[in-house]
Amino acid sequence: MANYSTNEFRSGLKVMLDGEPCSILDNEYVKPGKGQAFNRVKLRNLNNGRVWERTFKSGESLEGADVMELDMEYLYTDGEFWHFMLTDGSFEQHGADEKALGDTIKWLKEQEVYTVTLFNGSPISVSSPNFIELEVVETDPGLKGDTAQGGSKPATLTTGAVVRVPLFVNIGDKLRIDTRSGDYVSRA
Amino acid sequence: MSESNPVLWQPSASIENLQLRAQVLSQVRNFFTEREVLEVDTPVLARGGSTDPYLDSMQSRCDGGGVAEAVDLYLQTSPEFHMKRLLAAGSGPIWQLARSFRNGEYSERHNPEFAMLEWYRPGFDLPMLMEEVRQLLTDVLGDLACEQVRYRELFQRYLQLDPFSSNLEELQLSAQQKTAIDARELDRDACCDLLLSHEIEPHLGKESLTFVFDYPASQAALAKVHLDEQGDQVASRFECYYQGIELANGYHELTDADEQNKRFQQDNVMRQALGKPEVTVDASLVAALAAGMPECAGVALGFDRMLMLRAGAEKLAEVISFAIDRA
Repeated sequence: MANYSTNEFRSGLKVMLDGEPCSILDNEYVKPGKGQAFNRVKLRNLNNGRVWERTFKSGESLEGADVMELDMEYLYTDGEFWHFMLTDGSFEQHGADEKALGDTIKWLKEQEVYTVTLFNGSPISVSSPNFIELEVVETDPGLKGDTAQGGSKPATLTTGAVVRVPLFVNIGDKLRIDTRSGDYVSRA
Repeated sequence: MSESNPVLWQPSASIENLQLRAQVLSQVRNFFTEREVLEVDTPVLARGGSTDPYLDSMQSRCDGGGVAEAVDLYLQTSPEFHMKRLLAAGSGPIWQLARSFRNGEYSERHNPEFAMLEWYRPGFDLPMLMEEVRQLLTDVLGDLACEQVRYRELFQRYLQLDPFSSNLEELQLSAQQKTAIDARELDRDACCDLLLSHEIEPHLGKESLTFVFDYPASQAALAKVHLDEQGDQVASRFECYYQGIELANGYHELTDADEQNKRFQQDNVMRQALGKPEVTVDASLVAALAAGMPECAGVALGFDRMLMLRAGAEKLAEVISFAIDRA
């Protein structure tokens, strides 16, 4: 991979730091009146999602990371890997392990398209679309006529995720969920 | 052009801020006229450039038009060299608002092309010049309380560290702890620059105009050097901060041609060590010093930054007609 100097650090650039693939979030040029310049850089560690803050001498460089973010459709799991296929018609498939899936496992639905991050050709993270529609498989019976506000109850979805829903929701209802907060949005 | 990526033809500054800019420039002009300081206008292009290892010049090539040799010229990082040649020629006190260029300096507080307000006062010492800077800033920004603090005291106050007596390991450790930099290869000045810009500058000038003085002698640049009370060599230099922003850099100017030439050569050795191109030394400045430049103090003040403070702007681009991304 190419090396990138601090003055090429743009938001979204993928670089290697301490052996970990990182995505640059922010790069601030700092220079005292006279004297050396530095860059105060925020990076997201793509392996664990943590944000790092580091300072570099201006002009220092980091190796680029072989990272690609691809739109892929979820196919199936064999219990060990969760398999995704590229949506570009190439049928190329990649299997992500439980660590790469992280919390996204709660929102995994066949035929839905996810963003899969590949590092050196292997998935290291999978992120959900912001909104997803899932069916209720278990909840207390709905209260008829109670479509107004007030009160909520837990409901288990096909993926096993449990969300708080209004009292009128029934088993078999399809719900629209905000995957970023895990909140119920509406009936689909 | 597609709609999603329109051409940014509009100025980066509001018309109100451009009106303010004109008004402040006229205030500044009156300030110097009243004090009988001559306004001058020196070239942006010159054969020699700043050798400062941490300033990078832009370059330009000028064709001879059939009457002269083509020549490589540096866009000046400040009008200092030309203005000192005027001083040596007997100009008396001079000022100018000069377009200055610094390659790669680009942030919310830097534009690679900017306006430098620079003036020189024969017969002034640093306290006199600091007072004049305060008066000018009071004219433009309103009444300001004023604090003067030594470089050493700042490090003691904010980092419990003496930048002169601490050893390199202590400076590196502090730099590493404060900023998560890999400090192993940083020298003393780099550690101090880092700690100053990251840990100290944000606190400076919060309540009042803050003048920092007695910098380490290694950071003297074009200033004289003297011994401070602790017997350490310090640069006869000050920096002025307001609201965490560095506004001005003043020197009791070096007048010794041999010493100046030596510093230029040392700079180039350091540039080479840093893998940067050597810069042509301004032989005209050295010759002017040899001919005799009057004892004087001089200061360079970031005009755009001063305007930014006057306008209450967050970014330099808000007070520059067309910031570099639109130029």
